[in-house]
Amino acid sequence: MPVRATYLNAGFSLWSWLSTHDHKRIAILYTISVTLFFFIGGAAATIIRLTLISPSGDLVSAETYNKLFTIHGVVMVWFFLIPSIPATLGNFLVPLMIGARDMAFPRLNLTSWYIYVLGGLFTIGAMIAGGADTGWTFYTPFSTMFSNSRVIAAVAGVFVVGFSSILTGLNFIVTIHKMRAPGMTWFRLPLFIWTMYATSIILVLATPVLAMTLALIVFERLLGVGVFDPALGGDPLLFQHLFWFYSHPAVYVMVLPAMGVASEIITCFSRKNIFGYRTMAFCILAIAVIGFLVWGHHMFVSGQSVYAGMVFSALSFLVSVPSAIKVFNWTATLYKGSIAFDAPMLYALGFVGLFMIGGMTGLFLASLALDVHLHDTYFVIAHFHYIMVGGSVMAFLGGIHYWWPKITGRIYPDRWARFAALTIFVGFNLTFFPQFILGYLGMPRRYHQYPPEFQVWNILSSAGASILAVGYLLPLGYLAWSLRYGARAGPNPWRAKGLEWQTPSPPPTDNFAATPVVTEGPYAYSATAAAHG
Amino acid sequence: METFPLFPPRASALASRVDILFFSWLALAAVVATAIFLLIVVFAIRYRHGARVDRMLAPRTERLHRSHWIEAAWIAIPLCLFGVMYVWGAVLYYDNESAPANATPVYAVGKQWMWTLEHTGGRREINELHVPAGRPIKLVMTSQDVIHSFFLPVFRIKQDVLPGRYTTLWFTATKTGDYHFLCTQYCGTDHARMIGHVVVMEPAAFGRWMAGGIGQETMATRGAALFRQFGCSGCHAAGASVHAPGLEGLFGKTVQLQDGSTVVADERYIHDSVLLPRKDITAGYAPIMPSFEGQIDEAQLLDIIEYIKSLRGDG
Repeated sequence: MPVRATYLNAGFSLWSWLSTHDHKRIAILYTISVTLFFFIGGAAATIIRLTLISPSGDLVSAETYNKLFTIHGVVMVWFFLIPSIPATLGNFLVPLMIGARDMAFPRLNLTSWYIYVLGGLFTIGAMIAGGADTGWTFYTPFSTMFSNSRVIAAVAGVFVVGFSSILTGLNFIVTIHKMRAPGMTWFRLPLFIWTMYATSIILVLATPVLAMTLALIVFERLLGVGVFDPALGGDPLLFQHLFWFYSHPAVYVMVLPAMGVASEIITCFSRKNIFGYRTMAFCILAIAVIGFLVWGHHMFVSGQSVYAGMVFSALSFLVSVPSAIKVFNWTATLYKGSIAFDAPMLYALGFVGLFMIGGMTGLFLASLALDVHLHDTYFVIAHFHYIMVGGSVMAFLGGIHYWWPKITGRIYPDRWARFAALTIFVGFNLTFFPQFILGYLGMPRRYHQYPPEFQVWNILSSAGASILAVGYLLPLGYLAWSLRYGARAGPNPWRAKGLEWQTPSPPPTDNFAATPVVTEGPYAYSATAAAHG
Repeated sequence: METFPLFPPRASALASRVDILFFSWLALAAVVATAIFLLIVVFAIRYRHGARVDRMLAPRTERLHRSHWIEAAWIAIPLCLFGVMYVWGAVLYYDNESAPANATPVYAVGKQWMWTLEHTGGRREINELHVPAGRPIKLVMTSQDVIHSFFLPVFRIKQDVLPGRYTTLWFTATKTGDYHFLCTQYCGTDHARMIGHVVVMEPAAFGRWMAGGIGQETMATRGAALFRQFGCSGCHAAGASVHAPGLEGLFGKTVQLQDGSTVVADERYIHDSVLLPRKDITAGYAPIMPSFEGQIDEAQLLDIIEYIKSLRGDG
């Protein structure tokens, strides 16, 4: 039997991978690299949680602890979360979902990955050279005039990797505008594509501001140009405004794609059209736009004016409304569905639950008088881990499981995958829920040691983290196993509706034998047919 | 000490008000989360694959009509609820933004990695703050180096402490006791050791404590000595031959600047005039004042400010 040509057997040499222009192969390159960084960031988190078991912080010194949470933050934010879904699943799926043969700019796509690797090397180099101790937020004037660590090398890594984000965003925007198959109108786009589009806009508009801000850090630190340090005539709050002008929208870069993944999975496994498709699409855009106007909620106790605080608080409440609507609409999608609980669905439902808790605790923090108490405590840590780990990582794993048969052509053992999903869900809650309590009790973040009254909740959190770690290691095992021993998937094992399922698994290099023509919306499922069929 | 503490003690009037807001949020979040969670579970069981239930949807037009109303409802309801909660949080925040006029000032300087606190009466403390119960206290804070943050969990307040400017934080303690204050803005290696105690005392006990500092001078007296020591008096004292602005009655006044603008002579104005004398040049005076950057530290500067405040002038 002749072997069917796929993107995977198009070449086997290392060079055939490193010089590929195929969006699917680039997605694989990204998947390998972000996974590597996820486990580097995870290793740092492990040592942090082990240190926090005792109030006196005996395991590592204060310097080492500070460098560990800096590595954890920098790596997880810029080298895992921001590229996670867009650069892996997004790269693989955007052309397939809109019926295109590749990205608009295949070479630029490969360039993005090389820039990502270069930024990664800078960052790993900075770690090996001694590491930075500024936290991922690089607050001035500490980062510019006081830290004695490798700040410039760490900043350089983040500066470089930003260009990778910008180029990926640009590529997605052009691809989605110009390369849709005949009949693929804007309101027939899968919601995953809408989230990729909104994410790309944020990446293109916000990342340059981060680049400028980081460059200003280097100018002040290296040349003594007074921008942020008041002793040089600068303003330290200016840095916070610039930094959060990027970094708050960046949170939506992490969570919008997760919402897209959840929408694909929930419709498929409940055999239902999404409830309120247009509302969902407009909510995605609303989140992206309003998300640019809420950065000041990171600064309620910074000394910014109380009137600014009141405006930023109001806008922060406003941005939560479209997120709330999305949770309601996912729930309504289940109504009268024909719901199957395969692993991707467990991940997606886990995402909805954890995202909801993360979102609601975000409202506590948007509430001015409460934030005065909660700011920079573990409550904030718990809140954003619910969004970024409970939300984004859960959805990322859901997406990996959902599209794994498409990407690899193989089926993984579903029982193991469901077990991993449950382990992660339980481990996650045990790790991070105690941190809400710690936060209200008043335990500040970035503390290497702490007053003993906080110990019991820290022990519980660390114990939960050990379960979470097992949960994250499991998929590595059974997914790798499936590559060799998994059953052949066939083009559409989930009987899903998207265009990506209408081509063989794994897809050929050109994606489609003939350009598909689209005649219906993305979620034309029928629960009645599924139940009887 | 409780084994599983859930809430920090409430030691100020504000603490109870913040806790009520927090519990209201908790109740609202619990109701919404439980409702969504139950709906997901009920749908997941009732409409599981293979279950024999009616899955027929209403005709398309009727369905669209209904879903528009449903969506409108769950846009409007969160908007209204969030609106109420927003106003509540904002009003409480705004009410507590500025200290009452009769608040007793205490000066705080943060530096890597300790807090210096100074009472106007002259008593100085390191990583400790003694205050009387029942009286409003206003902390006037600045940093010698990087950004710190002064956090008093039992009072439910915090405020960042910035280099080059003064921020304030105020409270009225209601419960005597010994509580933590903590630095919450990451400030370098020993950030986690920048912890101190606030000791809330009965006013009489506080009075005795205050009087217990042996041979102490008031901040203003110390400021007067520094004023001479650094040579400020050579130009700014009455009868000096150099043409420099007089300082009697300056504090709180509006000052006319060279560039036509005006500025209120507050702590920050005096601070900047000493360290960055070219920033605000008083109208009618030559910019001849040298900078004292690197010579006077923040704690000394607070003494000098307190001295200038004490120069009431004749009017």
